[in-house]
Amino acid sequence: MRRALPALAAALALALGTAALAGRPALARAAVAPIGPPPVDGPALYEAACASCHGFDGRGVHDQGPSLLGAGARAADFYLRTGRMPLANPHDAPVRTPPQFTDAQIRALTAYVASLGGPAAPPIPRVDPAAGTLAAGRSAFTDHCAGCHQVLARGGIVTGAIAPPLREATPTEIAEAVRIGPYLMPRFTTRQIDQSTLNSIVRYVEWAAHRPSNAGGWGIGNIGPIPEGMVAWLIGIAALLIVIRLIGERSPQ
Amino acid sequence: MSPWRVIVAAVLLALRGGRRGAAPPPPVDPRERELPGRGEHARRAELLTAALLALGGLAGIGFFVVYLLGPGHLTQWLGLALGLALALLAAALIVAGKAVVPQEVAVEERAQLVDEQAEREVAELAAAGAEGVTRRRLLAGAAGVAGVGVGAALVTPIASLGPNVSQRIDETPWRRGVRVVDERGRAILADDVVQGTFVTGFPEGASLRDLASPIVIVRLPPATIHLPRGRDPATWAPEGLLAYSKICTHAGCAIGLYRYPSFRPTQPRPALVCPCHYSTFDPARGAAVIFGPAGRPLPQLPLAIDPATRELRANGGYSGSIGPAWLNVDRGSA
Repeated sequence: MRRALPALAAALALALGTAALAGRPALARAAVAPIGPPPVDGPALYEAACASCHGFDGRGVHDQGPSLLGAGARAADFYLRTGRMPLANPHDAPVRTPPQFTDAQIRALTAYVASLGGPAAPPIPRVDPAAGTLAAGRSAFTDHCAGCHQVLARGGIVTGAIAPPLREATPTEIAEAVRIGPYLMPRFTTRQIDQSTLNSIVRYVEWAAHRPSNAGGWGIGNIGPIPEGMVAWLIGIAALLIVIRLIGERSPQ
Repeated sequence: MSPWRVIVAAVLLALRGGRRGAAPPPPVDPRERELPGRGEHARRAELLTAALLALGGLAGIGFFVVYLLGPGHLTQWLGLALGLALALLAAALIVAGKAVVPQEVAVEERAQLVDEQAEREVAELAAAGAEGVTRRRLLAGAAGVAGVGVGAALVTPIASLGPNVSQRIDETPWRRGVRVVDERGRAILADDVVQGTFVTGFPEGASLRDLASPIVIVRLPPATIHLPRGRDPATWAPEGLLAYSKICTHAGCAIGLYRYPSFRPTQPRPALVCPCHYSTFDPARGAAVIFGPAGRPLPQLPLAIDPATRELRANGGYSGSIGPAWLNVDRGSA
């Protein structure tokens, strides 16, 4: 029995080590190849950073990534400029990170993805916030976007996902997201949000995310009832206690 | 003397008063009684109290007026009016408590529980508290204004309650053949509802504000749709188009969120989500509840696609009762 224990422990360690090694190739495949400064060659960049999940032919890989045929420059530009792609683990939710490519590399990759073809490869949308109106934008944003992104674009949640804040989003990125419906976001056709409404929405987001006018005096982070309730509890009740202390009298004893 | 002791002594006095037949103190005309420390100061305090009460009442009426002018649009003014009313009321009570009602500090010796002498003193003190106030009518009038004003402000929001639904909940404007239009009355075509988007529709000619009017239409790949037994996909999901009541079955909010995965294998399935309490419904399975507090699925509306114009029309009524849960709602159906 005394001899059997170390043997058992060794067998266990071996088994664990094997399991860890077996798990490693999957991780290695998903990891992003480091991108050095020189290449601005679209196909080469694609093979290095995208092909493991989207396939060398762009038709997608089962359980790893969707087909890019028909995605067009619009989607490629959005995902690359917001740093949401490439994704280390294809089962993670893509979130905004600093872009992982230079501007020239993004343009090369976007051109390559657009050249993959497919049903209708949409170009990068144009948007002109100056042509929109703030009031129309607020109305449309409240109707279509605020449910998830919060009325002042501070972000929020849907069950199963987080809707990001829009503070860092550029006008073009907002327009792209509206038309693509990235990750779990629904997409909006030109029938639902036409070009002039889109201009207005982008103008409103630029206003709400960067310089909202707080009619109540103090925005308290502009994220709604929770900080407002904290102010009521912490500041309001403290003030009430002070007033009570001022108007009350101690009993003589 | 603390107010509690006064109250306890007054209660004991009331309980024992009749039986013992305690001699009441000799009647004195309250207006002739001079209490120590009263005079011009107290009179001014009375006027101030009356003014604060009246202003508080006016602020309460102001809330009522602001509400009438534009419910929901003037939130800051509503808050200001109600806050002012309550603050003025509180200020009036503070002034009354500190300056109008005579202040007297007395220490009660702990003697036997019922002491006739103490009883008499308490009775006198209690009587004196009210006697010292000279302008009772003024104060009572001001208190009346404050009561009416603040009362009106507190009762006004009742007008914001919705209609009584018990009679009308199952009357919906949707019948077979009713055209589906958008909020501006334009017909919605089957091809307007592409995969990944969600469209809000209304029955042509009906009120947009009717709880039963709004529907949310989505398109899913037909192979992924598994409707409850008895709902034939040809009628309930033509070409993969599904329509559900937009009103959440939990608390009646509008289903404003739609999550649609851009790549199914790695992302959560499509769902209609209510922004109020995150009730989550699976449109592929007859809007079954997959998360959140809703007790029953969203009622579904059968659809038909006009073969000539491709317009969407209702193909019958809802599969169940629309709207939030209420008394006796059948939680099983719908």
